[in-house]
Parts: sequence; C-alpha cells; structure tokens
Amino acid sequence: MSKLPLPLTEPIMASNPVTLQVLGICSALAVTTSVSTSLVMSAALIFVLTLSNVSISLIRNHIPRPVRLIIQITIIASLVIVVDQLLQAYWYDMSKRLSVFVGLIVTNCIVLGRAEAFAMKNTPLRSFQDGLGNGLGYSLILVIVGTIRELLGAGTLFGAPILITVSDGGWFTPVGLMSLPPSAFFLLGLVVWWARNRHPEQNEDAQVPAEDGGQQ
Amino acid sequence: MIDLLLRSIFTENLALSYFLGMCTFLAVSRRFDVAFGLGLAMIAVETITVPINNLLYTWLLKDGALAWAGRDDLDLSFLVLIAAIGVIAAIVQILEMVLDRYFPRLYNGLGIFLPLITVNCAILGASLFMIERRMDFTDSVVYGFGSGLGWALAIWALATLREKIDETHVPKGLRGLGMAFILTGLMSMGFAVFTGLEFG
Repeated sequence: MSKLPLPLTEPIMASNPVTLQVLGICSALAVTTSVSTSLVMSAALIFVLTLSNVSISLIRNHIPRPVRLIIQITIIASLVIVVDQLLQAYWYDMSKRLSVFVGLIVTNCIVLGRAEAFAMKNTPLRSFQDGLGNGLGYSLILVIVGTIRELLGAGTLFGAPILITVSDGGWFTPVGLMSLPPSAFFLLGLVVWWARNRHPEQNEDAQVPAEDGGQQ
Repeated sequence: MIDLLLRSIFTENLALSYFLGMCTFLAVSRRFDVAFGLGLAMIAVETITVPINNLLYTWLLKDGALAWAGRDDLDLSFLVLIAAIGVIAAIVQILEMVLDRYFPRLYNGLGIFLPLITVNCAILGASLFMIERRMDFTDSVVYGFGSGLGWALAIWALATLREKIDETHVPKGLRGLGMAFILTGLMSMGFAVFTGLEFG
C-alpha cells in the first residue's frame, strides 16, 4: 500500500484537532464516562464530519461568501438530525445516555471549523480525507480518555468487568472521582501534555501576546 | 425559582459540570479583559435565546403545538436543532452589529470569537436542556440567565487564574492548554462542592 495521503494522517497525531487546535472539547469531555459512549459519539462525529466536508466542498463554488456560515450550519444540522433520529429509532438506550450531546455535534467546533478552513477551499476527495482524519484524531482522544475513565472509575470496559471491584469480592476499589467531571479535565490535560511532549513544536509560549501594549 | 437559578449557576454549571462551550472557554480565557466581555456577551445571548427557543418550541415545534393553526397532528420536534441554531445565529449577528457600533474596543478584542458564539455549545446546550427538562416560559428566562451567569463566572475565574499562572514555572508541555485543563478540573471540583445543597 502506498503512503496514506497527508490530509488523512496528519490530523490524527501531528495536528490533532483536540490537543492542538482546541476544537470539539465540549463533547470530548462529556461523553467519555465509558468506552461505548465514546465510540458511538466518535462514529457519529466521523459520519457528520466527513459528509459535511464532502457536501460543502461539492457546492463550495456556488456558496455566496456572506451567507456561507448559515449554509454550512444548515447542512451540518441536517446531518446531525439524521444521526439523532437514527439513534433514537434503533438504539434508544444509547441515545438517552448521550443525552443532548448528539445534538450538540451541530455546534462542535471541529465540524464547522473544518468546513470553513478546509472544505471551502479544497476538492471533495481531499475534504473527505480531511474529515475522516480529523474525525479519527478526535476519536483517538475520546477513546483514550474514555478507557481510562471507565477502567478506573468502574473497573469495567464496555460494561464487562476487568478489574473486580471490592463490592464483587475482588480487590479493586473504584476511583469515584473518575466518573465525575473534574477527572475528564485532568485526563485531557495530561493527554495534551503527552501529545505536546511528542511534538515539542506545539508548546505554547508562556507569554501572553501583547496585542494592545499589555495594558489592562 | 430561586432554586432553579442557583442550581443553574452553581451545581449544574454549564461549563464545569456539562463541559459546554469549552472551545471558547479555553481559547478566550488567556486575558481577563477579553474574558470579561465574552462573559457579558454570553449572559446576554443566553438570556435572550433560551426564552425565544422556548416560545418557538411551545408554539411551533412540539407534538401537537400547531393546534392553534388547525393542524394538531403535526410533530415537528425533530426540527428543533435547525430552528434553535437559526435563532442563535440571528441573535449573535444582531449582538455583533450592536457591539461593532457602540463598543468597538470590545468588538475588536473578541475578534473571531463573537461569530464563534454561534457555535458555542453552551448556548445550544442550554436550549436543548430547557426542552429536555420541559421548562415553561418563566423557568426558561431564569434558566437562561442563570446558566449564562454561571458560565461567565467560570470563565472570569479561569482567566484570572491563568493570568497568574503565566508568571510561574509551568512544565513546557503543560503551558497554555494543558494547564488550562488542569485548572478547570480543579475549579470543577470546587463547584462540585455545591452539589446537594437545597436552596429555598
């Protein structure tokens, strides 16, 4: 197999949408209490992101600039409605567990960000690769955080017990904090740290850019 | 009522316990003055959009809501995403024009993030929560204001902390974003203390 095209591979690690571009954090944190919700959320996002990238790229030469945001949002919202309705129809439990967060894919900055920054300027094929790549990059972070949180918070993976908890006669005391919001922030912070140590060029300068003379 | 207000500000804080609006939350919290403006903008937008979306849902989209028009067999609730985001986009656009006209300094400071409020999940999230929890109109006004204020408090606090943290020695890879996450986590733990309080 020849080398994978760049738009596909780059966003997975080198310019990951979550750790580098700070996009799509909201849902990345909220659904990571278990691996299965993380995976479903990732699949939904990849679906929406690739299709919206492709369809926006297809009509990119016919979109008048002043109204482009509205058009992009409408396309994205329609795709999200499809996903949401499908989930509600065929997997009601999951749709209840994901609560409003499937709907919030509409406002997931990754989707709009890629539409605006990439799909508006590139061919459908490249946009497809870019959407897939960014979706996978997002999924990677989600699954990492989801795995850690489920394993340490409940001792399970996909709902199946891995570490036998004390209440079931085992040795493992679940870390209650892991199923609460703060742990998601800590873990994501650590993931960012790890990713930036691998790619030192992503480090941020400690200095705040002095836009207006540093006055308060 | 008071209960709902305090709950939406503290225990169910949109930013810290539902992770909503994180993109803007982390990106704009580097400097307090800009964060302050964004916080105000959020309060305004939330207080306006949540009630409007509530009216829209009650009178147009809910199952049987079109009974006043003689069509009580319609259930348009699947359209809520598009309708809500449309309202939000329109409000943000208006706010942008007002700011540009009367507060140009704030407008420049917010830069790209004002249009991005449109895709700020906190706003859409608040509207969706409002629908999921079946609030009536008065509740939705209170909830919109409360959740906006809660979000604003969180970003003000984080911006203040980050300005201080920038003057200390943070490990290289953690600088900026990484540290912001850790700080938010600590703040989230702080706000979790309010859980279980009964108000009024």
